[in-house]
Amino acid sequence: MINLNLVFPEIFISLSIMFLLLVGVFKSKSSNLVYNLSIITLLASLALTLNYPLNTNFVLFNNSYKIDYLSTFMKILTLVSGIFVMFISSKYIQINKMFKIEYPILILSAILGMMVMISSNDLIVFYIGLELQSLALYVLASFDRDNLLSSESGVKYFILSALSTGILLYGCSLLYGFSNSTNFVLIAENISSSSYGLTFGIVFILVGLAFKISAVPFHMWAPDVYEGSPTSVTFFFSILPKIAALTVFIRFLYVPFINMFDEWQFIIVFLSIASMLFGSIAAIGQKNLKRLIAYSSIGHMGYALAGLTTGTNEGIQSSIIYISIYIVMNLAFFSCIFMLRRKENYFEKIEDLSGLSSNHPILSFSLLIILFSLAGIPPLAGFFAKFYIFVAVIDQSMYFLAIVGLLSSVIAAFYYLRIIKVIYFDKEKEKFDKDHHISLKISLVLSSIFILFYFIYPNMLNEIISKINII
Amino acid sequence: MNFPILSSIILLPTVGAIFIFFTKSSSNKNQSSKNLALFVSLANFILSLYLWFMFDNSKSDFQFIESYEWITGFANYKVGIDGISILFIILTTFITPLCIISVNATIKNRLKDFLIAILLMETLMIGVFCSLDLIVFYLFFEGGLIPMFLIIGIWGGDRRVYSAFKFFLFTLLGSVLMLIAIIFIYLMTDTTDFNELYEMGINVKYQNLLWLAFFTSFAVKTPMWPFHTWLPDAHVEAPTAGSVLLAAIILKMAGYGFIRFSLSLFPVASDFFAPLVYFLSLVAIVYTSLVALMQEDMKKLIAYSSVAHMGFVTLGIFTVTQQGLEGSIFQMISHGLISAALFLCVGVVYERMHTRLINRYGGIVSIMPKYAIVFMIFTLGAIGVPGTSGFIGEFLILMAVFSKSFLVATIASLGVIFSAAYMLWLYRRIIFGDLVKEDLKKMLDLNKTEVIILWSLTVPIIFFGFYPEPLINTFEVSVNNLIETFNVNIQMNLAKNNL
Repeated sequence: MINLNLVFPEIFISLSIMFLLLVGVFKSKSSNLVYNLSIITLLASLALTLNYPLNTNFVLFNNSYKIDYLSTFMKILTLVSGIFVMFISSKYIQINKMFKIEYPILILSAILGMMVMISSNDLIVFYIGLELQSLALYVLASFDRDNLLSSESGVKYFILSALSTGILLYGCSLLYGFSNSTNFVLIAENISSSSYGLTFGIVFILVGLAFKISAVPFHMWAPDVYEGSPTSVTFFFSILPKIAALTVFIRFLYVPFINMFDEWQFIIVFLSIASMLFGSIAAIGQKNLKRLIAYSSIGHMGYALAGLTTGTNEGIQSSIIYISIYIVMNLAFFSCIFMLRRKENYFEKIEDLSGLSSNHPILSFSLLIILFSLAGIPPLAGFFAKFYIFVAVIDQSMYFLAIVGLLSSVIAAFYYLRIIKVIYFDKEKEKFDKDHHISLKISLVLSSIFILFYFIYPNMLNEIISKINII
Repeated sequence: MNFPILSSIILLPTVGAIFIFFTKSSSNKNQSSKNLALFVSLANFILSLYLWFMFDNSKSDFQFIESYEWITGFANYKVGIDGISILFIILTTFITPLCIISVNATIKNRLKDFLIAILLMETLMIGVFCSLDLIVFYLFFEGGLIPMFLIIGIWGGDRRVYSAFKFFLFTLLGSVLMLIAIIFIYLMTDTTDFNELYEMGINVKYQNLLWLAFFTSFAVKTPMWPFHTWLPDAHVEAPTAGSVLLAAIILKMAGYGFIRFSLSLFPVASDFFAPLVYFLSLVAIVYTSLVALMQEDMKKLIAYSSVAHMGFVTLGIFTVTQQGLEGSIFQMISHGLISAALFLCVGVVYERMHTRLINRYGGIVSIMPKYAIVFMIFTLGAIGVPGTSGFIGEFLILMAVFSKSFLVATIASLGVIFSAAYMLWLYRRIIFGDLVKEDLKKMLDLNKTEVIILWSLTVPIIFFGFYPEPLINTFEVSVNNLIETFNVNIQMNLAKNNL
């Protein structure tokens, strides 16, 4: 008998989605209610996920669905950041007249898709999760439908993503042809000798996954989509899909294909180096904060991938630490962006930050911490994230990767410094509004405190993550 | 468990900074936060003097060690001091209050933020001098970039943005290799604890590469020629207090790093690369002295002279002799005092005239006699006239270098002559001559605070010039011990190669 209790969080979210749709249809002016109910849904499923000890290890549905330490941790990460995203962006979508019932429901479906992806132990289940997530994201990207940029970004994302998904699916079929199975564990058992067909299959799937985390050279969509989408959706884009895709990366590379390590290692090294360098160089000329964040997230994904090139548990753990800290930094950064509001208008140009420090000392101090942390300057959390990655990488004697990573972090420091320059060194402009939603303030304070004081007690996060052992 | 005095000295300024951060910021009530900052830094100075008083000169190992578990499996938070580090700590705690007093009209806006930055800087600088773990050291060493970047960028001169970026990116790029080296050492030996590494010794095979990685970082920060180009810019644009901190203490972090890490952990490589360091130091001494001669900006002149003086320091360190090392440490302390004093002197006239160009001044001895006297003392100190602390350091270093190589010593001695040339010429052009420029005539002589600041710097400069014993006694045993271990390592390596 399948123990359905273990997938109760996912079932709960799916039921809530259906219920909320009905509420939305039958009750007029219910968008506020639906929004709040969705937050409650996420909270409840977080509670349900936390209900099981982290170290449960189960497979369900004929070995195709896996609940283990990695998946539970990543689900908690997804749900927590999902809750924060919902809380923080509520005022933004109200002001920008996107407060419709579909919005929270689409976010819920995307999160459901991600949870399925995270737990998937089978190519088909993985694909279902991926599609559910992507379809919701296409709509979300163009949610501000009267805005030309937003519609454009939605279409752009849809076309490119459909193409990459097609390639991914072709890779899946190749894999199935050469290994007689779609199950990760069975694939690992069935492949005895590596063949070109398998290698092609892996490459195609990696292309699809690299597209999802916007690693170079499959990053083209990211800047436009990040810039065009409503800020709240950009916020969502820059955090949650990365968690899910990284988990699949880990599971896919380290479960079925651990024996073909030599073949895929080089691909990941290339993706990582290209993303780190491109992300840091291309961001230098940007003027729009959202576009800049797109490039910066490309760079950061390069570092997270660097941890996966090592083929060791330490490497995987360092990647997971990296992504966790990255999420907190992005959370903090977007909270700051949402605070750049005058009356009904939100601002997203770097020059709008000019002289922020004289009018808004606390906001600019948080931005200072966040930006230095993103640049990886000690003693902030971002430094430790990079530090663990480099320890894992150098441990495998991959000095070239480490040196490229460190050099590109110096280049990246330049564009973060440029923002700090605008905030602190330039002439002040008009004040921004100060009546922010309480949730915005809370999330900014919490995440800034985490970034600033992580170095005092780094063990807490490290200990939780050090229990993730894939190999 | 004793009272954690070292950690309190490290953390006290930060606590002060937090208090200042939370005081209400009304534009006119800045005086109270300044007093608070001054109080905190003075308390820290007294604490560090007490530390010196409690310090046992006769022991060569680290004292007041505190160690707490920090990142499990990686590093522990470990601090401790020996005879070498304690003097730098006292230098830091001595200079910081002076910086805070000197802050007045120059910092018009955001005084509160400035004080916070200075206090945070103090924490980080003290941390550098007493950390006994490579990762903790790196954290303090690099963390200093953030407040210094802001100090230059917010309160600096016209080209502050350029200078701040140059300072930040140069030093960051320099220290990136050090981070790789630290990680490599950790993976090789499974520890980053300085004492353990010191006893264990690092495999000779890797020493050269590791030395180079540490060297790039320290050479940028020292700064050694040809990595020095950030320094004149940073100095010129930084506000007076920032220049003082930079010249007096931040440059010393690198010299300290050479002694503490390069010599102790990589003795064979230090021996191997000594000629390289000699060469770079000589170029620094001769070339930057000549460059200093031609400067029209006072701050730039002093900045270049700093590079030349630090050239002496590196020269002395890599002779690895008793005299050379003692001379270098002494020179660093003395240069910390003298360069701080010179920058404060420049700040005094800059505040009145708002220009640093030398040819805008002249003949101010007749209107500012008190200023002329103190400036004379510091000028003589910078030249290294006997009777000032500058003399002792340079003399010891030159003696040590003579014992190693006649040629090097001859060239280095040129630097002493050059320094006399540019400093005295600077002095003549500013202080003497006829008072012809109309706008100079309105200048007022030193006010009370300036007298206090400048004379409190004069006292140690002259006192240690005549009586260097207290300083030398403090670090003698530690230096001896370091040199002994160094020589043992070299001998062992030679014996191994001969086999």
